[in-house]
Amino acid sequence: MKKLKVAILGSGNIGTDLLIKTLRSPVLECAAFIGRNLSSPGMTRANSLGVKISDRGIEAIRSEPDSCDLVFDATSAIDHRHHWSVLQSLGKIVIDMTPSKIGTMCIPAINLDPCLDQRNVNMVTCGGQASIPLAHALGRTHEVDYVEVVSSIASRSSGPATRLNIDEYVETTEDALAFFSGCAKTKTILIQNPAVPCIDMQTTLFAKVKQPNLEALDREVKAIVAKIQAYVPGYRLLAGPVYENNRIVIMVKVQGLGDYLPRYAGNLDIINCAAIATAEAFANKNEKKDTDQRSHAPRR
Amino acid sequence: MKKKILISDPTLRDGNHAVKHQLTAEQIARYAEAAEAAQIPIVEVGHGNGLGASSLQVGESAVGDMEMLKAARRKLVRSKLGVHVMPGFATIRKDIEKAVEVGVDVFRVGAHCTEADVTRRHIGYVRERGKEVYGVLMMSHMVSKETLAEESLKMESYGAEGIIIMDSAGAYLPSDVTERIAELVKALNIPVGFHGHNNLGMAVANSVAAAEAGATILDGTVRGFGAGAGNTQLEVLIAVLDKMGYSTGIDFYKLLDAAEIAEREIMKVIPAIQSISIVSGLAGVFSGFSKHVERASKEYGVDPRDLFFELGRRKVVAGQEDLIIEVAMDLAGKKVSR
Repeated sequence: MKKLKVAILGSGNIGTDLLIKTLRSPVLECAAFIGRNLSSPGMTRANSLGVKISDRGIEAIRSEPDSCDLVFDATSAIDHRHHWSVLQSLGKIVIDMTPSKIGTMCIPAINLDPCLDQRNVNMVTCGGQASIPLAHALGRTHEVDYVEVVSSIASRSSGPATRLNIDEYVETTEDALAFFSGCAKTKTILIQNPAVPCIDMQTTLFAKVKQPNLEALDREVKAIVAKIQAYVPGYRLLAGPVYENNRIVIMVKVQGLGDYLPRYAGNLDIINCAAIATAEAFANKNEKKDTDQRSHAPRR
Repeated sequence: MKKKILISDPTLRDGNHAVKHQLTAEQIARYAEAAEAAQIPIVEVGHGNGLGASSLQVGESAVGDMEMLKAARRKLVRSKLGVHVMPGFATIRKDIEKAVEVGVDVFRVGAHCTEADVTRRHIGYVRERGKEVYGVLMMSHMVSKETLAEESLKMESYGAEGIIIMDSAGAYLPSDVTERIAELVKALNIPVGFHGHNNLGMAVANSVAAAEAGATILDGTVRGFGAGAGNTQLEVLIAVLDKMGYSTGIDFYKLLDAAEIAEREIMKVIPAIQSISIVSGLAGVFSGFSKHVERASKEYGVDPRDLFFELGRRKVVAGQEDLIIEVAMDLAGKKVSR
């Protein structure tokens, strides 16, 4: 089958890890790896993998608009505003890795299919990818008064953009939690722990509900965890759901695939696995459309 | 001339840990009034982990942040109103903006001792709004003096007007404090401060060591009201500093009165160095965890001392209260399988 051509904008941890996952995908092809500095570690890595690189940022795509069909934007929320205006006019599909809140929020285990009709899909945040499916399961089984999500990540796994954008991380995750759980009152906390050896990403969901029904919740949680594991192999339920101290508690741990950063960086891995799953779904949909068109074409 | 020390009093913030964040607006107003009378320079108010920290993770506060701040604001004239802020809990838009509007004078933006770069925007924002801002490095016993200096320099470059290192676990001995404060005084162009906890009975001695090494900002709470074994006991600290020839501008008799008022009106129990606090200090675990450890050890039938040492071994930081449940379950599971 014909592979979908993607460009990766942003050569930091997220961008470089996406590159390695793209190269492994049977349906994606990396047409360009774009940053601002040819000597950055990500660029060096891309170059050594034989991928076409550029240090011209969004201009690299503007000047060669036919080089790709889909763009991963792994820069920052502020830069994404400008990038989207350019990419929109070029008719590209965009998967936004930043917490910009411009595109349709996508959690593949919940709403992958409707997202494939959108041109700008937002991957929310790493903590959001880990916790929102649980909050969604909660919302399907309970009348929820309050949801809170705490993620602890290894300091080494969060790069300068994540650190600078910590407020956007918190607020975007809170908005998405509310959207997918149906509960208006949400809270997000992010803790960075510098312990060595590095800690794995861990996320805890706390909730206050009217009438706890652990049996129904347990079923929903197990089902959605299995769905996530289909695209995030290192995702696992650590504890719960339990009801203690008048609150529901569910804990998950996310280990990464160890593609660009080591396995402890589950935070980076989960958002990237979700983005790749989304891009692959776009690729499969395109392929299907092509095949359908071909089979319906009049024969000469 | 006497050397001056700037005193910041978090009785109404750190003390909130001791009552599971249940201080009421009336209690806050009552103590703020007494603190104003005693001319305490900075009165810190809020949830134990600061702005935006009321949560199931750390504990929900009885009254909202802004209500607490307003209650204190009305009583403070010469004394400044301060808050503790941790990025990751609080955001500029949701919390800091509102606190500025309510009339907070002093923002102490804190992060775990290796994570100063998360405070960049928050410190910058407070400076832009023309308020006083300090950088706070928490759990500072976990790293070397060189790392503390490096992280402090970042906060200085973001616009912090002083750096306070916290002994959040009450783990320091005076020689540890001397070494670190001296390094910071040497490295920085801004004032340096110290915030002690009393798990090993060293809080006053450690604060004195800090002053002797060049610190000019010290934190203390009346009766030591605060997380775990409590903080540096302010009325003792002021007496000792005075005896050593430092000036703080605090009215000593009025301070003693404020301590009486606080003891009577806001404390359920006066903090003491309980057996478990000693373990917590030795394990180097955040003092704010003590109530959670107490509860979780009962719930899962594990020895709270084992729980503290295991948490220390896992190098948990402030804000990781959820791990207490996990570790307690883990220990309980091991006990069953044995």
